[in-house]
Amino acid sequence: MKKYIDTGKKDTRSGFGAGLEELGKKNENVVALCADLTGSLKMDAFKNNHPERFFQVGIAEANMIGMAAGMTIGGKIPFTGTFANFSTGRVYDQIRQSVAYSGKNVKICASHAGLTLGEDGATHQILEDLGLMKMLPGMTVINTCDYNQTKAATLAIAEHDGPVYLRFGRPKVANFTPEDQNFEIGKAVQLTEGNDVTIVATGHLVWEALQAAETLAEEGITAEVINIHTIKPLDADAIIASVKKTGCVVTAEEHNYLGGLGESVARVLSTEYPNPQEFIATKDTFGESGTPEQLMEKYGLNAKSIVAASKKVIQRK
Amino acid sequence: MRKQILNHTTMANTTQLEDFVMQVRRDILRQVHKVNSGHPGGSLGCAEFFTALYQEVMDYTTDFTMDGKNEDLFFLSNGHISPVFYSVLARSGFFPVDELNTFRLIDSRLQGHPTTHENLPGVRIASGSLGQGMSVAIGAAQTKKLNKDKHLVYSLHGDGELQEGQNWEAIMYAAGNQVDNLIATVDLNGQQIDGSTDRVLPLGNLKDKFEAFGWEVLEVKNGNNITEVIQGLQDAKEKTGQGKPVCILLHTVMGNGVDFMMHTHEWHGKAPNDEQLEKALAQNPETLGDY
Repeated sequence: MKKYIDTGKKDTRSGFGAGLEELGKKNENVVALCADLTGSLKMDAFKNNHPERFFQVGIAEANMIGMAAGMTIGGKIPFTGTFANFSTGRVYDQIRQSVAYSGKNVKICASHAGLTLGEDGATHQILEDLGLMKMLPGMTVINTCDYNQTKAATLAIAEHDGPVYLRFGRPKVANFTPEDQNFEIGKAVQLTEGNDVTIVATGHLVWEALQAAETLAEEGITAEVINIHTIKPLDADAIIASVKKTGCVVTAEEHNYLGGLGESVARVLSTEYPNPQEFIATKDTFGESGTPEQLMEKYGLNAKSIVAASKKVIQRK
Repeated sequence: MRKQILNHTTMANTTQLEDFVMQVRRDILRQVHKVNSGHPGGSLGCAEFFTALYQEVMDYTTDFTMDGKNEDLFFLSNGHISPVFYSVLARSGFFPVDELNTFRLIDSRLQGHPTTHENLPGVRIASGSLGQGMSVAIGAAQTKKLNKDKHLVYSLHGDGELQEGQNWEAIMYAAGNQVDNLIATVDLNGQQIDGSTDRVLPLGNLKDKFEAFGWEVLEVKNGNNITEVIQGLQDAKEKTGQGKPVCILLHTVMGNGVDFMMHTHEWHGKAPNDEQLEKALAQNPETLGDY
């Protein structure tokens, strides 16, 4: 089985910051808006190097989304930055009408997604954002797995004409994808080959899935790990092709199992190639305060849970 | 083509503009009557404002591009008054006047509330869910500055719409960031769906509020007098470029031009029946020709 090396833990939000700064140099139409979280979103480099294209809107996310929609008129490519909770739930109607329905080329970039925001607790730990965003017609939804991929995705979405939701997180997580990767929106990345189970993961759970695959391999179970960085449009062909080989699937995400990646995969399989599926996700619950590791353990979002789910789904074949 | 404007000779021009307004009122009434739905009250109250903007004040082209570079832009925030917007866009040359026949019908570009989704020329943002247009206008105004485009951005908002909190985020932003290429007009008709704004949720002294936020505020006492509206808009233009966003408080009468629709919220979102239409049209004779 192919092994992946963590080149040193890094936060995905810094990947966004690095990508945005590079875009600032490369593309003069890129502008950035932030709602009083410049440091948290790692937007300082862009702000300092391109002050005329950086818009501090204050703690006013609704206005930020509306302004971003307006800024596209005249050819700008706005990137908005705040926490995932304030990027989605707080401004859903603004995104729905002014961005998605209006077809505006706005990039909604969201950090601190999910439980691993940690100690701040449930008010800030959104576990519903992927569902909210994927339901909007025309919205592209991306959840990257590590620093390198987040940087690559940030560069790629500037080239994509249309609204995008880019989700990443707060903690430092394993950085294992290539630094020079070509990020292709909507294209799954198969990381390992296997015959017994397909593990479709998104965000930093991709690394957990790889750890799970190594554990399973020690027990003679081969897992095919697929990195689904794009939740919408979903790479249905890649998923179906793998499940045709393995006959079962585990989906893994830091999100509610209602509305997330797992449901998207279930929809594809139920209509195209029905087979057993297990869900690694939060089970219709809010989060709570704690360290990221503690929360991943308590809510069953780590390699250990993926191993257990894989064994269970294989039994159900 | 660059905008189709009427002849510029002061007196004759006023008469022609008044004729234009009269025809717009007929268009509004006939659009909502045909589909027995839509919002005639606020539309009628703003016929002079739209006529002034598109026939006199704004510099624009009907060769529509979404980017709208090197032309003035207009954003309608209170999208429910789409009948007046559609009538004036059509009669200013953005799309065929006959298309007003399709208002709110299936497969029409003239959706109940304006949208970019059907590629209707003249519309640059969807609106209808209230309170979002000022933010959009501010964004477009900031892009104009980045593009070194000296043209202005205009927007229109209902007075009841100011109850939406997003407006006040936008109002604070625009003043704090010297968005002085924006003229936001508030249609002060004092009415909303459930009654007068004073009864539903009082707006207080809007002039004081906008000024306290750091805006330049002008009032047009009779927003249903075309000459006064044009003068108000011209005065507002003079105030742009001086570090402050500009607000026009436009006093209008909801349902203006149809005696039984005036000064009441009853016709905010109700269409006239056949008899009422006949009566209303009799008060607003055909001028430029019905579609």
